[in-house]
Amino acid sequence: MAIFSVYVVNKAGGLIYQLDSYAPRAEAEKTFSYPLDLLLKLHDERVLVAFGQRYSIRVGHAVLAINGMDVNGRYTADGKEVLEYLGNPANYPVSIRFGRPRLTSNEKLMLASMFHSLFAIGSQLSPEQGSSGIEMLETDTFKLHCYQTLTEMPIRCELFDQNLKLALEVAEKAGTFGPGS
Amino acid sequence: MTVHNLYLFDRNGVCLHYSEWHRKKQAGIPKEEEYKLMYGMLFSIRSFVSKMKDGFLAFQTSRYKLHYYETPTGIKVVMNTDLGVGPIRDVLHHIYSALYVELVVKNPLCPLGQTVQSELFRSRLDSYVRSLPFFSARAG
Repeated sequence: MAIFSVYVVNKAGGLIYQLDSYAPRAEAEKTFSYPLDLLLKLHDERVLVAFGQRYSIRVGHAVLAINGMDVNGRYTADGKEVLEYLGNPANYPVSIRFGRPRLTSNEKLMLASMFHSLFAIGSQLSPEQGSSGIEMLETDTFKLHCYQTLTEMPIRCELFDQNLKLALEVAEKAGTFGPGS
Repeated sequence: MTVHNLYLFDRNGVCLHYSEWHRKKQAGIPKEEEYKLMYGMLFSIRSFVSKMKDGFLAFQTSRYKLHYYETPTGIKVVMNTDLGVGPIRDVLHHIYSALYVELVVKNPLCPLGQTVQSELFRSRLDSYVRSLPFFSARAG
């Protein structure tokens, strides 16, 4: 069982701790010739695939590297605009690496607050008495588990960091733990 | 094991249908507002999930489980059950294809984009849900 990341959210909905453990990211690198079969668009300072899903390249994947060199948002490593570079037939054949875009710290903060509100609404819309907030959210590729404590978490400290990593390693080695449903 | 209630939304957030079977607690707000809150919550969960990976299926709390199914045309089928129920994607798909499409979309007298008035749809949906293996007449 693989644990991808851990988020700790306080009572007000703010993200106070975040850890990304190693997870194999689905990436695909291919060589293309002009014209490019995929439709790319600029979104949020990243170049994303809008249309033309094939092989393991999906819609929503971002351009991670061109010819082996990591891109910097919408610009290549040497400062040129990615879309312009890929629109010029003289630059082909070109090797492009696609993958799921990594979340920025700002995006993680927003996601944590969003989840906090959804957690509360989940409890309000309950058809049963005395429901907690969302404990587990399921998608086709991952499960998100949430545990709500009774108290606040103390200020971040080194020991918490180390012990958390140890606990995650133990959990991974132990395989599946029984869900409390 | 039981089914609590079911919502059907279209792509604009209009609640096309709502049925309940065993519901012990009301939301405390008028039905119209409850539909909007439910749709808003689902919309946010979908965009939340798509930032990380894609394909929201279900969530559960300590008391109930919410199952979600969305078609490429934007029709959303939402069913609340108790915790003992596993994945029911095929059930929700059946509700869409064999009930909604057959009885509402293909019916020229049923206007789309508003609450479904068809009594046939309501009764067929009710008997289908009651016939499900995880639906028990005793409120679980």
